[in-house]
Amino acid sequence: MKKEEDLEKNINPDAVGDGIHSIQKVIEPPKHASRPIVKYILIAVSALFLLVMLVIPLIVALVNALGDGWAAYKEAVLDEYTLKALALTLLATVSAVLVNTVFGMFAAYLLSKFYFRGRQALATLIDIPFSISPVIAGLVFILTFGNIGWMGDFLKAHDIKIVFAVPGVILATIFVTFPFVFRELFPVMNAQGNDEEEAAALMGAGGFTIFRRITFPHIKWALLYGVILCTARAMGEFGAVSVISGHLRGKTNTLPLHVEILYNEFNTTAAFAASSILVILAALVLIARNIVEWKRK
Amino acid sequence: MYVEMKHINKTFDGFQASRDVSFGVEKGHLAALLGPSGSGKTTILRMIAGLDRPDEGDILIDGKRVNDLPGSKRGIGFVFQNYALFRYMTVAENIAFGLEVQKKRKGEIKSRVEELLELISMKDLGKRFPHQLSGGQRQRVAFARALAPNPQLLLLDEPFAAIDAKVRRELRTWLREMIGRVGVTSIFVTHDQEEAMEVADQVILTNLGRVEQVGTPEEICLSPQTDFVREFIDAKRFEALMGIEKEEA
Repeated sequence: MKKEEDLEKNINPDAVGDGIHSIQKVIEPPKHASRPIVKYILIAVSALFLLVMLVIPLIVALVNALGDGWAAYKEAVLDEYTLKALALTLLATVSAVLVNTVFGMFAAYLLSKFYFRGRQALATLIDIPFSISPVIAGLVFILTFGNIGWMGDFLKAHDIKIVFAVPGVILATIFVTFPFVFRELFPVMNAQGNDEEEAAALMGAGGFTIFRRITFPHIKWALLYGVILCTARAMGEFGAVSVISGHLRGKTNTLPLHVEILYNEFNTTAAFAASSILVILAALVLIARNIVEWKRK
Repeated sequence: MYVEMKHINKTFDGFQASRDVSFGVEKGHLAALLGPSGSGKTTILRMIAGLDRPDEGDILIDGKRVNDLPGSKRGIGFVFQNYALFRYMTVAENIAFGLEVQKKRKGEIKSRVEELLELISMKDLGKRFPHQLSGGQRQRVAFARALAPNPQLLLLDEPFAAIDAKVRRELRTWLREMIGRVGVTSIFVTHDQEEAMEVADQVILTNLGRVEQVGTPEEICLSPQTDFVREFIDAKRFEALMGIEKEEA
C-alpha cells in the first residue's frame, strides 16, 4: 500500500534497494491472470542452465579431486607449491582489496560530492579495467615495467623487479579489480546528495567527523559488498597475472596459475585438488555476500 | 540593524542571481524573503549562511562584516528545505549534533536536548529515526537541531514547502510562536505570500535577483512601490486581514 508520505517523496514503496540499485519487488499477480505453466518452464530453464554451467562442473571437480582417495587429496593440497601459491593468491587479494578500497572511497567521494572539469573523464578512466581483456592488461604492464619497457632502465638501475616477480602479480591483481569498490560506492554516495553533509559542515563539523558520522554509515553495506566483489575477482584472476608472472613455481604462482600448471603436466587429480581450495574460498565469499545483501535490506 | 546586506552581487556561471541587493533586518525580528521561483531569495539566504560567497558587497551580522568568515563561525542556525536530518542518527542525536561539535559537556548536551524536545512537543520521540517521523515532525526536529547551539541568527529555506496544506497553517503559527518565544532573529525564504504576510514582521520582496521592496506586511499591501509588487501581492486578500487587525487594534 502506498503511503501518502512515500508518494510525496517520489519513493516507490514497491521497490527494494537503495534508490539507485532498485528492483521492483516481485508482486504476485492474481492467480487467474497468469498461466502457471509459464512459470514452471522458466524455472526449469533456469535450473537447467545453472545445473549445466555451474553445478555439474563443481561436482566433477570435487569428484575428480577425491578420485585417488583422501590421502592423495590431502597430499596434493598440502604440497609445498600449492600452499605457496595459495599464500600468493591471498597476498595479492588482500593487497588489491586494501588499495582499491582506499582508492575507491576517495574516488567515489570526490566524484559524488564535488563538481570539476574532467569529472566524467575520470569516471570513465576508472572503468577501463572492465573493458579491456586481462591479458592485454598484463601485456601493458610488461611493456611498461619490463626490461625493454618504458620504465625498464629506471627499474634496472634501482634493482627493482616488477615483471616476473611478486610485485607484478600484485599490481596486475590490483589493476583488474580496480573499479569494484568504486562502482558500489559511487551510486550510493551520489544519491545521498550533499544536504546532510552541508548541514553538518554549517554546524562546524570537520571533514573527518562528517565522514565518520554521516557519510560512512550510509555507505557501510555498499562498501562491504564492493570489498566482497573485489575479493572474489582477485582470487580468481588468471589472464593478467598469467602474462606478468613468469610462472615461477613457489615464487610467482598464484593458485589459479598453479592449477593450470598441474593440469598441463597431466597431474589431473592434483589440479582438481588445488581447484577445490578455490571452490571452497568462492563458497565462503558467496555466503558472505548473501549475508551482506540480506543485512542491507 | 542586526543583519545587513549591502550592494550584494552574485553571478552563477553567467546567470546573475543577485543584483545590487541591499536590506536590513532588525534584531529579534522575523523577516520573510518573498518572491517567485528563481528570484534569488534562496541565493541571498545561502550567502548570509556562508554556503555561497557574494561576488561584490558586504554582509554584516551584528555590525561585523562576515564575508570572509566561514559559515560555521557566523553563529547561524540553518533549516534546510528538505530538513537534511541525519538519517542514521536518532532525533536526540540529531539535535545534539551541533553541541557535540562544539565539544560541550555531556550533561549540558543532554539537558539542552531535553529542553528542546519539550519545546517542540516531541519529548517521547527522542529515540526515533527521521524516517519514522511525519513531515511535520521532521520539520520540528530540524528546527530544534538548528536552535540547539543557540545561534544568533536563524535561517530557514522554504520551511513549509514539503508539507501538505492542512498541516502547513498549524506549523506556520507554531513556528511564529516558537521564534517569538526564543527571541532569535530569523529570516525565512518562501514563495507563498500568505505565509509571509501572516507570519513575518518584515517582508523583503525579490524579483529577478533584485530587491523590489522592504517593509512590514501592512506597508507592502497599502503602499506598493513598484509594478511588480502591485501585481505579485494580492492585496485584497490581506486588506481583509489588515482590516480585521485594524479593527481589533
